[in-house]
Amino acid sequence: MFRTRTTAAAAALVLATGCGAADMTRQASPFSNARGAKTVTLSVQSWVGAQANVAVAQYLLEHELGYRVDTVQVDEVPAWDALSQGRVDAILEDWGHPEQEQRYVEEKGTIARGGDLGVTGHIGWFVPTYFARQHPDVTDWKNLDKYAERFRTPESGGKGQLLDGSPSYVTNDKALVKNLKLDYRVVFAGSEAAQITQIKQFAKEKKPFLTYWYTPQWLFEKVPMTEVRLPAYEEGCDADPAEVACAYPVTPLQKYLNADFARKGGEAAHLLRNFRWTTEDQNEVSLMIAEQKLSPREAARKWVDSHASVWKKWLP
Amino acid sequence: MATLTATPRKTAPPGLRTSPALRKLAALALIAAVLVPLAVTRWPNGSWPAALTVDLSGPLGTASDWIIDNRDSHPLFLYFLGHVSNAVVIAVRAVYLALLAVGWAGVTAVSALVAWRVAGFRLALGTAAAFLACGLLGMWVPTMQTLALMAVAVAASVVVGALLGLAAGLSDRMDRVLRPVLDTMQVLPAFAYLLPVVLVFGIGVPAAVLATVVYAAPPMARFTALGLRGADKEVLEAVESLGATARQRLLTARLPLARGELLLGLNQTIMMALSMAVIASVIGAGGLGDRVYQALASVDVGAALAAGIPIVLLAVVLDRVTGAAGARLGQAPASNSRTLWAYALLAAVAAAVAGRLAGRLEWPDGWVVGIAEPVNRAVDWMTAHLYSGVPVVGGTADWAGRFTTWVLDPLRDGLQWLPWWSLLLVVAALAWLIGTWRTALTAVLALAAIGVLGVWKPSLDTLSQVLAAVAVTLVAGFATGIAAARSDRFERLLRPVLDVFQTMPQFVYLIPVVALFGVGRAPAVAAAVVYALPAVVRITAQGLRQVDPAALESARSLGASGVQQLRQVQLPLARPALLLAVNQGVVLVLAVVIIGGLVGGGALGYDVVFGLAQGDLATGLVAGAAIVCLGLMLDRVTQPTERRTAKGA
Repeated sequence: MFRTRTTAAAAALVLATGCGAADMTRQASPFSNARGAKTVTLSVQSWVGAQANVAVAQYLLEHELGYRVDTVQVDEVPAWDALSQGRVDAILEDWGHPEQEQRYVEEKGTIARGGDLGVTGHIGWFVPTYFARQHPDVTDWKNLDKYAERFRTPESGGKGQLLDGSPSYVTNDKALVKNLKLDYRVVFAGSEAAQITQIKQFAKEKKPFLTYWYTPQWLFEKVPMTEVRLPAYEEGCDADPAEVACAYPVTPLQKYLNADFARKGGEAAHLLRNFRWTTEDQNEVSLMIAEQKLSPREAARKWVDSHASVWKKWLP
Repeated sequence: MATLTATPRKTAPPGLRTSPALRKLAALALIAAVLVPLAVTRWPNGSWPAALTVDLSGPLGTASDWIIDNRDSHPLFLYFLGHVSNAVVIAVRAVYLALLAVGWAGVTAVSALVAWRVAGFRLALGTAAAFLACGLLGMWVPTMQTLALMAVAVAASVVVGALLGLAAGLSDRMDRVLRPVLDTMQVLPAFAYLLPVVLVFGIGVPAAVLATVVYAAPPMARFTALGLRGADKEVLEAVESLGATARQRLLTARLPLARGELLLGLNQTIMMALSMAVIASVIGAGGLGDRVYQALASVDVGAALAAGIPIVLLAVVLDRVTGAAGARLGQAPASNSRTLWAYALLAAVAAAVAGRLAGRLEWPDGWVVGIAEPVNRAVDWMTAHLYSGVPVVGGTADWAGRFTTWVLDPLRDGLQWLPWWSLLLVVAALAWLIGTWRTALTAVLALAAIGVLGVWKPSLDTLSQVLAAVAVTLVAGFATGIAAARSDRFERLLRPVLDVFQTMPQFVYLIPVVALFGVGRAPAVAAAVVYALPAVVRITAQGLRQVDPAALESARSLGASGVQQLRQVQLPLARPALLLAVNQGVVLVLAVVIIGGLVGGGALGYDVVFGLAQGDLATGLVAGAAIVCLGLMLDRVTQPTERRTAKGA
């Protein structure tokens, strides 16, 4: 009796999961399509700009095209994995992952390019503008050592502190400090949330600090920062991670879609491919989310209401 | 060697010549006298010798590439792992759709009525209030997602745990084999195995469920084994004399007798699964954890709290209800129990149908109370006024700076300065004094493994943070625990506070600790203290309260003052409990090392987070393994010979 029951249960399991091979490239979330609507799953990265893209795309997909949208927060590299497996349908803001691109787009063909986002990204070293005004020469990397003392913290061990952020972000800072022979130590905040909180605390007291940061970013509106000039970027100067001694490039941010979704995703895929806006647009939404503490949905609604001419072109 | 010669004076009892402690140390000194000169002449450098390390980044990188390249085509994935993954998705989806179909009124009614039948009227009210609060916070759908995930994860953990426990309970050999495995599963920081699970299953629910099972199954296994082993011998003999087969004996006597332990195991498993629900959000599990995590991206403590509170509520409700069910086990059921169940069921169905008919399946948007804004304002006020410039005592940032400079830096530099072999000796001595030569060997091997993995320096950095956090936790925890043991009123006030700190997702206080202490190792220590304190307070208070009243009474009759009673009677008698508190403090602090990595603690915590974020199996897994080794080592050094039964207090 007991044995027959287990066999039956096993058989039922096999039936339920579909006999034979399981398709690992089609793995949807169990929470999708919950009420019979067509669902799109978007990946959100941890920075607010990415939230803004997703919020607006989500709002349009839901209100203009009648989709249901699920969002999942994933770090950048795992997000590529998820995209190739169909766990998410699209990444709306990618800062350049050549290795993943090669593997998934070129070799396996499980991910398709989705075109430019329209926003240009740039990573760099920044000091607060209030400090740069008092000491204009700090904005050249050659003078940084002069100010190392001012940037010192208990964590930087007698050197100046260069504050870095989340481990998921692209950074050459350790190599840069070494190769430019700077009297600095890279302190990793470990998450963007921690880094922003720390920057705000510094700014509240008008303390000097040096940080890894990037544009577009809403925090500039709250804490104005000035970039420090590093040796100019040239094509290929960052090829060897250990030998880097130049600034970060300027990156036109890219969208990527799951290949299957790109083919069969219908209107949703169409809209996501056409999605293209400016840095100002993105910052407007980001700031509403991060500073006015509007929910992403609320912020997206406000932006959509006032920018019909921009998004009307994206619709199929 | 100075540390070594100093040890016996402190720990050995008066009879120095014959004391076993001294004999152990003498033996150790003998071993050291032979091995240390050898080591010093071969590797004169104080740091871990490069010749004794193994670089795993090559093979681990290859393994990760292999998985990615074969994930979509290899039979192992197509015919086994893929089905596991699909089964999990289908199960979670089924529960989720059922919860949505019943609607919020139905879910609330059903849970309240179940709580009423198994745990009484007051808990039923509490349960209903908790579910309504989840709705009021605007978290109904995420709560249901988390509940669905939890239901499947707990069911799977219970099955896996019970099977392991059955094996360990029935066979001594299995017990010996499984014990170290369960130990490792418990000290393993969850983040360390998220990465391999993600590589195999991809992000999302299946990986989250499987990671949760690894984390939550051990308590079930332990309690099942304990229950089976503890069954009354006479009853078993009686059953045997009736000619029952082994299986009948198990099903009719041993398992029913172990019901109490099984329920306790269930309770622990649920609690651990819930704490994992949030960590799993890092790999895209959705639900409440995801809301907490997303809120942090915009540095929004209020929104994170709004998603964190339902987790706390779920944890408290589930804990109390399963706890009450366990307490009621011995009692005979009331004669009208069946009719009451029927009524309860009927009422629940009525509520669900009413909800359906009213077209109110979804929680109405209008009934949402926004708590995010006031909370954020409170946090802003607090950090603005406490961060610096507080007269006399200085701001929290100053404390953090001083703590880093005067405590953390010397501790780290000292540990890293000590020659590697001397650290091994210290650990061997400590572990041997408190346990057997086996514990000492395990501890030494664990520490040596860290060196072999090539992460000696960062591990000592992490160790220094852990030691500092444990010291602070113990001082604060013992003080609070003693106060709680002496005053019933204080303990009652303290209980909900401890509940909240113990179950609130650690991500929620990531921002407040940075806002108060800045980025660095100090906030990492603060987060660890907050997380580990409740368990230490609880165990201390409980241990002191359980001291034999007769002993206290006689001390009192001899005219001992309150302080004297505490020092000379209660504390010595509660020594086992205090040691357990130390051990739990260490284990829990270590569990938060990763959170430390997220607030600038650096070292191993950062490496694990880095590995996960960059899909870098080599960095992440090696750092994770080093944390496990640190955990094993510290566990053995702080653990008295008697084994504890379960993690968590």
